[in-house]
Amino acid sequence: MQEHPEAYPRADIEYGARLYAEQCDRCHGANGAGVSGVNLASGRFRSATTDGQLKMVITNGFPTAGMPPFRFDNADLTGLVAWLRNMNSIDRGALKPGDADRGRAVFEGRGACQSCHRVKGKGSRKGPDLSDIGTLRSAGYFERVLVDPNGQLLPINRPVHVVTREGKAVDGRRLNEDTYTVQMTDGEGHLQSFSKANLKEFKVSTKSAMTSYKGELKPDELADLVAYMLSLKGNL
Amino acid sequence: MMLRRYLLATALAAGWMAAQSANWTTYNGDHASHRYSTLAKITPANVKNLALSWVYQSPVAGSWEATPLVLDGVMYITQRPNDVVALDAATGRVFWSYRYNNQEDPRVCCGANNRGLGVLGDSLFMGTLDASLVAIDRHNGHLLWKTRVAEAKAGYSITVAPLVVKDKVIVGVGGGEWGVRGFIAAYSAETGKELWRFYTVPGPGEPGHETWLPCPPDSPSGSKDYCDPDAWKHGGGSVWVTGSYDPATNLTYWGTGNAGPDYNPTQRPGDNLYTASVVALDTDTGKLRWHYQFTPGDRYDYDAVQVPVLADIQFQGKPVKAMLWANRNGNFYVLDRTTGKFLLGKPFVKVNWMSGFDANGRPIQTPQPQGLPTYPGLQGGTNWYSPSFSPRTGLMYFSIWEEQGILFTQIPVVYKEGTGFGGGGFGPFVPSVDDPKKGIPNAAGVPNLRRGPINDWTEAAGHGAMVALDPATGEAKWKFKMTDVTDVGAVTTASDLLFTGGREGYMQVLNARTGELLWKRNLGAQMLNSPMTFEAGGKQYVAVMAGLSLFVFGLPE
Repeated sequence: MQEHPEAYPRADIEYGARLYAEQCDRCHGANGAGVSGVNLASGRFRSATTDGQLKMVITNGFPTAGMPPFRFDNADLTGLVAWLRNMNSIDRGALKPGDADRGRAVFEGRGACQSCHRVKGKGSRKGPDLSDIGTLRSAGYFERVLVDPNGQLLPINRPVHVVTREGKAVDGRRLNEDTYTVQMTDGEGHLQSFSKANLKEFKVSTKSAMTSYKGELKPDELADLVAYMLSLKGNL
Repeated sequence: MMLRRYLLATALAAGWMAAQSANWTTYNGDHASHRYSTLAKITPANVKNLALSWVYQSPVAGSWEATPLVLDGVMYITQRPNDVVALDAATGRVFWSYRYNNQEDPRVCCGANNRGLGVLGDSLFMGTLDASLVAIDRHNGHLLWKTRVAEAKAGYSITVAPLVVKDKVIVGVGGGEWGVRGFIAAYSAETGKELWRFYTVPGPGEPGHETWLPCPPDSPSGSKDYCDPDAWKHGGGSVWVTGSYDPATNLTYWGTGNAGPDYNPTQRPGDNLYTASVVALDTDTGKLRWHYQFTPGDRYDYDAVQVPVLADIQFQGKPVKAMLWANRNGNFYVLDRTTGKFLLGKPFVKVNWMSGFDANGRPIQTPQPQGLPTYPGLQGGTNWYSPSFSPRTGLMYFSIWEEQGILFTQIPVVYKEGTGFGGGGFGPFVPSVDDPKKGIPNAAGVPNLRRGPINDWTEAAGHGAMVALDPATGEAKWKFKMTDVTDVGAVTTASDLLFTGGREGYMQVLNARTGELLWKRNLGAQMLNSPMTFEAGGKQYVAVMAGLSLFVFGLPE
């Protein structure tokens, strides 16, 4: 099974990081998200759960999907797995480790995070559902987004404002977009799709709908909130 | 007897090419690589009636980069890993299929790709992932001969569609990410015997070898300044996109890939000829007539693996036998194809790896500091997907990636046969709204090869377009912007239509003169190859691939 990131020796992680940069980086990218639909830093892999399975995937590759087999020896594989298990914990941020239970209290209480975000079926659908955000983001990311939401706003999540030819205005969060259409979720979570040719107005804002918690929450509260988010690993 | 039958077939093949525009007999449609068809039954006026005629689905998962050939109503297509299928071009029903079993585990950077076939007489020719060349009887799918071109265990493969010229089958080898020493070679169409071989990395004593400079002292392996004294032996220069041929000069022209290892020029000081170059070879002997290097000492994996488009154009008031080249490095080039003389170089997207050209057409390089983005990014301003040149409009059409930058890193890597030879990597760069020199952390970059159904990199990470360029000036006549990027080339027709697509999965038909969208259809998955058109049973069809399916469109009966 997946080991706790701290269980891997530093030397293995560093060796693996180097091998990763040599051999894996050019497809998977430095952040592990270079291949569409694959996020190596998440600690979740489509075809592997245990370290042994991970080593097998690296060794056999997926030749039909574009990943060649890699002839690594066991020491190399051990290093690579150590690095894969730690990709998401390198960006630790500056705050001291907080307490997830206290963080949950901040999330549901003073932070009023549920007025926009949903966790495991509770909270608003305006912002992204955070039920598994702990597998997708690092501590450093949470720390930064809480004080600088604009700077961290992922472009896909940008707020969208549309007005149809009939004059109906809809505000929401972008889910997908192509040359001719845009897909979004409105404040109530309804999925809406528009043909751009039928829109009178179509605006994508670069301003996050989230306000900064800088000065609003004490450093201890922020640290607890970060710990809570890191604990959100989904329902499965 | 065999020879006579063969000569007759050769004569027939030459005849097809000249006479029958109904057919599509080579990867890019003709030896000049125009990807232009004289067919004109589908027109700007009736294209709105275009309808699906048939679909053929590949049984093997993975991206599909092949261009079909069509001969007298029969379509020949390759599918993963190295199958050849013959279908009725009007209905999509299969006549036969041939499976080549790769003898060794192929080592390929980017999947079990094969871009198609060559044909001469009764024979089809295919390169294989384990670096062999095979000839197949096009009437029954039986193997005629097989020649080993290179060793797969050393990282060689063949993904390129062979170019058939006279009685020769010309191929190049892939493996630029595996430390190969690239080459282009010609084989007898009749026997498979190798006739000549041109190494894209010259050996000691050969001209060009001096551009693999000696290593400075104190650059041992293990140090960050590691320099490889044998760099040329695994210097890359792979060849994986089909070249062109001009009977007037008897030259065959090919683009070459990156120097190996990618990203790390410290390890291989010098210009690294003939990587990231075009080479003009005598078709009969394989001797180098001239070369031009687009990206000396390539540190960006820009390659020069694009299609050389041969066109006779008016340039500065004079007729020129030109070669038009939209390069991955972001520049559009016009060269004199008889001499290789540099006539024009002009960026068609944002470029910051160079600031301009010197008098000889050599780029003045401006490598960006570590941590700042390089434009164009890894996938370049354009890439391997085929451009089109219409002799009617005189315009060159190709797909571009705009505003897409990337953060390159370089690390030393010691060559070991059969293992990846990376030399560094890249990180996504999505400019921050407040400071475009800074990236948005964690933002998705544009995926390199395949995308899922959701565009989560968005316009912030770059976008695609089809562009029509006036080759005499390098100026865009029109540009058709897409929200996502595109890896789809173009085919143009004598009715001034342009067929293309993109990662979004839309097949799009544009007016080749104006860029106006005339028709589109969502095919439900990323398109990756370049469309082609043909005639069967007196009817014009257009074939495109999206996902695992080959879609063929025509006008309703």
